Amino acid sequence: MTEAPDTVLARDGDRPAPLLELREIVTYYGEINILRQVSLQVNHGELVCLLGGNASGKSTTLKTCLGIVRPRTGRVVFDGEDVTGRPTNYRIARGMAIVPENRRLFAPMTVRENLEMGAYLNGGGVKEDFDRVYELFPLLHERRSQLAGTLSGGEQQMVAMGRALMSRPKLLLMDEPSMGLAPILVERNFEIIKQVHEAGVAVFVVEQNANVSLSIADRGYVLQTGRVVLEGAASDLLQNEDLRKAYLGR
Amino acid sequence: MDVLALTPWDDWSIFIQLCVNGVTLGSVYALIALGYSMVYGILKMLNFAHGDVYMIGSFLGYFMLTSGLDGPMNLAVPIWLALTLVLLVAMLGAGLLGVAIERFAYRPLRNAPRIAPLISALGVSFFLQNSALLLFGANFRTYDAFTLDGGVLFTKGIFEAWGKDDAIALNLPLLNMLVIGGAIVLMILLTLLVARTRLGKAMRATAFDREAAAMMGINPDRVIMATFFIGSALAGAAGVMVGMLFGQVYHFMGFLAGLKGFTAAVVGGIGSIPGAMLGGLLIGMIEAFSTGYLPEGSKFQDFYVFILLIAVMLFRPTGLLGRADIAKV
Repeated sequence: MTEAPDTVLARDGDRPAPLLELREIVTYYGEINILRQVSLQVNHGELVCLLGGNASGKSTTLKTCLGIVRPRTGRVVFDGEDVTGRPTNYRIARGMAIVPENRRLFAPMTVRENLEMGAYLNGGGVKEDFDRVYELFPLLHERRSQLAGTLSGGEQQMVAMGRALMSRPKLLLMDEPSMGLAPILVERNFEIIKQVHEAGVAVFVVEQNANVSLSIADRGYVLQTGRVVLEGAASDLLQNEDLRKAYLGR
Repeated sequence: MDVLALTPWDDWSIFIQLCVNGVTLGSVYALIALGYSMVYGILKMLNFAHGDVYMIGSFLGYFMLTSGLDGPMNLAVPIWLALTLVLLVAMLGAGLLGVAIERFAYRPLRNAPRIAPLISALGVSFFLQNSALLLFGANFRTYDAFTLDGGVLFTKGIFEAWGKDDAIALNLPLLNMLVIGGAIVLMILLTLLVARTRLGKAMRATAFDREAAAMMGINPDRVIMATFFIGSALAGAAGVMVGMLFGQVYHFMGFLAGLKGFTAAVVGGIGSIPGAMLGGLLIGMIEAFSTGYLPEGSKFQDFYVFILLIAVMLFRPTGLLGRADIAKV
């Protein structure tokens, strides 16, 4: 079942290697088994969503991609490189970017400084990066000197998105982008995710909101108590009768 | 006996002299407090070895002064260059020491319970004190800055006299002015670094949320290392300044100075850079004024300083410029 570590990068010759691949990830928090052999892939330029209810392990899956949580067994391969043992900042340097759950803005810093932190590895961002983000979110330009902690939830979500895009990522990870937002903002948010995706960035969205995420995704996975129980093209999943059952967690 | 030994109205020249002393001392305490506060801000730990880093910085300055500039090597350099060299060497040495302490005594305990690095810090403090005792001896060393250029630092005042009346004649020693000026320059540089530079912003981001900072590609270990370097270098500068001001250094000098730096950081609001500066100044002033005006002040100056700490803790537990931490879920 498990591949030996030295053959971890070997792949079938004809298929292009995925941008991100989790291979049989098993994770424990103490004695509790959170992920049981989770395998999934995100290809270059693809928009993939990971659905699941509370305690399904979807946040842990994302944290595993980022290296915040280390798996007990299994491999994380990003852009052809095994990054399983690498720290978060290394993975960011290799081209990941994250819009974290609850946004995790630097509240006592200005909007502009938050964006600069997003482009930390590019020396704090060049003008084009700022222009691109301000074009997507004109409001952020208006609020650039304001402290991030003083913004409303929707505005903070924009900063978190803009901050992640500042690094010109190959893969954008999103943890529950719809959480705590008004429905109109959720739609606006996914509109922007779609735009980012159409610009060629691979996106991996972790969501509870199945309908809105499947409507823009290429493919989806459904996670239930630490196992992938369903996977397939987003259009198929939308039709799938089991999806509701799986998604509700029972 | 009167409650006050003396009032400012009795002699204004004393009042002004005490102000100068207070600001001088305060600048030194502020420099020490900054290191405490910065480290606390980023690691949420009290670096009780900080006072001893200051002591080592002071000794480094001493050896530069006695062996390099004045002693066997007797480098004939202008006084301003000599002072700058002494300060830079002490800062560099203390900074590197701080980095080493973090690397070997604190980093391995990064994920341990919070009490563990605290105990490790006390251990480092004892280690440094006793190493200094072993290497440099128990004697007070005379920090002979007086010989530099014939004691010009001590004898020359900014104003030779204030006014015509001899009763309020006053001397602002050049040395005090240099210490205050040097401290102000260092604090301005630090403020600019934290506010403007990429490193400074990364330091603020890491202090606020280390995990989120790593999600931006910031290497938290590097930022923490830089914080220790800067904080310890400031303590090294303070060590040289105190050596020059009081003329004596010894292996145990870091204990009380560290305690006062810590008090200054807490009074100002630990984790806050302007708070550390304010707290240091306040403590320096209190010490100077209690020496001059309060009963038995020259014996009980430390008593008054720690009374202030207790008062601030009672009425404003977050410190003067500190803010309550919002609990992160």
